[in-house]
Amino acid sequence: MLDVNNTTRVEMDWSGPERLQMNMGPQHPSAHGVFRAIVTLEGETVVAVDAVIGYLHRCHEKLSETLTYAQYPSIASKTDYVAAMTSEFAYVLAAEEIGKFEVPKRAQYLRVIVAELQRIASHLLWLGTWCMDMGGALGGGATIFLYCIRERELVLDLFESLVGARLLYGFFQVGGTRYDIPDGWAQACRETIALIDSRIDEYEQMLEDNAFFLARTQGVGTVSRELAQDVGIAGPLLRGSGVDFDIRKNVPYSSYGDFDFTVPVETAGDCYARYKVRMAEFRQAIAIVRQALDKLPAGPISSRPALKSVAQIRIPKGEAYGRVEGPRGEVGSYIISDGSAKPYRMKWRGASFSNLSILPLIIPGHKVADVVAIMGSVDPVFGEVDR
Amino acid sequence: MTLPPLAWHALMAFIVLNAILGLVAYVTLLERKFAARMQSRIGPYYVGRPHGWLQPIADALKLMLKEDVVPTSADRGVYNLAPIVFLVPCILIYATIPFAPELGVADLNIGVLFFLAVSSLEIVGLFMGGWGSNNKYALLSAMRAVNQIISYDLPFIFAALVPVLLAGSLQMSAIVAAQQGLWFVAYPVFGQLAFVAFVVATLAAENRVPFDILEAESELVAGFRVEYSGMKFALIQLGEYAHMLGTSFLGALLFLGGWLGPGPAWLGPLWFLVKAVLVFLLVTWVRWSFVRIRVDQILAISWKLLVPASILLLLATGLWVATRGAGAG
Repeated sequence: MLDVNNTTRVEMDWSGPERLQMNMGPQHPSAHGVFRAIVTLEGETVVAVDAVIGYLHRCHEKLSETLTYAQYPSIASKTDYVAAMTSEFAYVLAAEEIGKFEVPKRAQYLRVIVAELQRIASHLLWLGTWCMDMGGALGGGATIFLYCIRERELVLDLFESLVGARLLYGFFQVGGTRYDIPDGWAQACRETIALIDSRIDEYEQMLEDNAFFLARTQGVGTVSRELAQDVGIAGPLLRGSGVDFDIRKNVPYSSYGDFDFTVPVETAGDCYARYKVRMAEFRQAIAIVRQALDKLPAGPISSRPALKSVAQIRIPKGEAYGRVEGPRGEVGSYIISDGSAKPYRMKWRGASFSNLSILPLIIPGHKVADVVAIMGSVDPVFGEVDR
Repeated sequence: MTLPPLAWHALMAFIVLNAILGLVAYVTLLERKFAARMQSRIGPYYVGRPHGWLQPIADALKLMLKEDVVPTSADRGVYNLAPIVFLVPCILIYATIPFAPELGVADLNIGVLFFLAVSSLEIVGLFMGGWGSNNKYALLSAMRAVNQIISYDLPFIFAALVPVLLAGSLQMSAIVAAQQGLWFVAYPVFGQLAFVAFVVATLAAENRVPFDILEAESELVAGFRVEYSGMKFALIQLGEYAHMLGTSFLGALLFLGGWLGPGPAWLGPLWFLVKAVLVFLLVTWVRWSFVRIRVDQILAISWKLLVPASILLLLATGLWVATRGAGAG
């Protein structure tokens, strides 16, 4: 069913219509990072895509073997720098599972709040860049992009007042969180998400009432349910293809069971379906943050004694997999502990990496302009792909 | 003092050319400020207080000082000639535009025809640039350019011919004179439909979003001008904006009554400029609100909708004029 040979490059003795091989990337305005797609064209139609990754490889997994459980969470945020909270989350979940550490309720709720705020910020960046892919930096796409960045700024302001950093946080710690929310933060958070809630209506009006936007997204880059399950994509891509799977619901972690939210699912599987899923996720994330702020219990934010040295956290022998639902899908961290202060081995499961593998299967047959629309709808972050 | 006609034309041409170049520079500032307002930004601000009024001059100086990089594998002759071939028709279209009665380079009796013919010539420069650069992005963009401009010149011409039919003349001043009573944009049905078709075709002919597949910087980086730098890039940019402004002048002249307006006659050129800038801002407004559409969709819109509709509109206008007689409604 899957034509894997579709990805092969054009042969030397090709006798069909004239073909042109073109590089998109590694330095190209449409790539959301350093990604090289070697596309083979017949006129405007793409017949094959060869995806080349690895330009942003930073030895994250090897690095984790040299850093202690206290040090690594703030490095983990550099895998997926657009949703930094998520990867920290996965790492500490795995470490806590091996060590059987309790996490206080307040810390769990704080984790949920920042993870959902991070989802909002990440989806805002996705919406902006995706529209810029389709609309041009000198066109309507840039308008949406700047609106989205304006709102993302507000979320980053919240993070800044919480941890002092705007992009890479180091908020999570094995056993809890590193910081508690400062005075007035909850109120500021409520106001921000209320504002974003109203702005999301504006985006929907701007985009869904726009015939050109619909023409560019509907029926483009369709991923069938079977293909989605074969390739192992996750997150909004999977849910856009009609598979109802969300780790927050199916394998609840960190008190997600306490909150009332739904998992949006669309069946069409095209770019527009993925857009609809993400727009619905904005609203669900806002609802979760509101509930978590309402129910936020008092108490300690960590079950562990305060850190006095980097090697203080020791975890017994064992191995565990921590999985969270990030903005792009399942983010997982597999840790093997040998009883010391550092992991013996650590493996990342990056959502973008799995999602990106769908590209060579769905792009052939589309026009050149659709390549960027499809790639944007996949929402890859290359820090997470290459690690 | 009377000048011989040739010297008079030369003097006018010199004045118009320089006025247009200055105007084009400041139209870019206007667009940037307008787009900034739409995107809740400020736009150029610090280069010349207040509101960055020196920005266009700074841009021009910067481009002049840039290194001129020529790709080693480029077809040098074609590559170097392309910006000039592109720019000349874009400036030449102003030759037939009268800015007030008796004020213009040449008020030809086939003025509209000359404008339409010359304005389509820019495609030659475009294609030369795309081909001569020896770059795959530029080549694809040049192919798209030929596709798109051929498809949209037809509805553009048909839409522009509707006011010509209504006025019964190809001479620009006569078309304005025919709008004394009623601007053609207010002419029932025919004028309004033609104006809409004109604006859509204008967007495509000027390669603005949503029809800017030539430039398409998210897939083709910068399209046909990806290999141009420095002053050659500036010439292409200048040509593009001159063409856009020229088409806006044509729109103001054909549909919005040119220099007609309240007040004394010497206000005429000012009215004309205001109307042309309004048409320009309309195009800009669309540009900063929509996403780009795909090449096959662009061609489908043209051949399946705009061309048949504008032909029908032209035929219907012809019938109407034949039964009613030319002149204002």
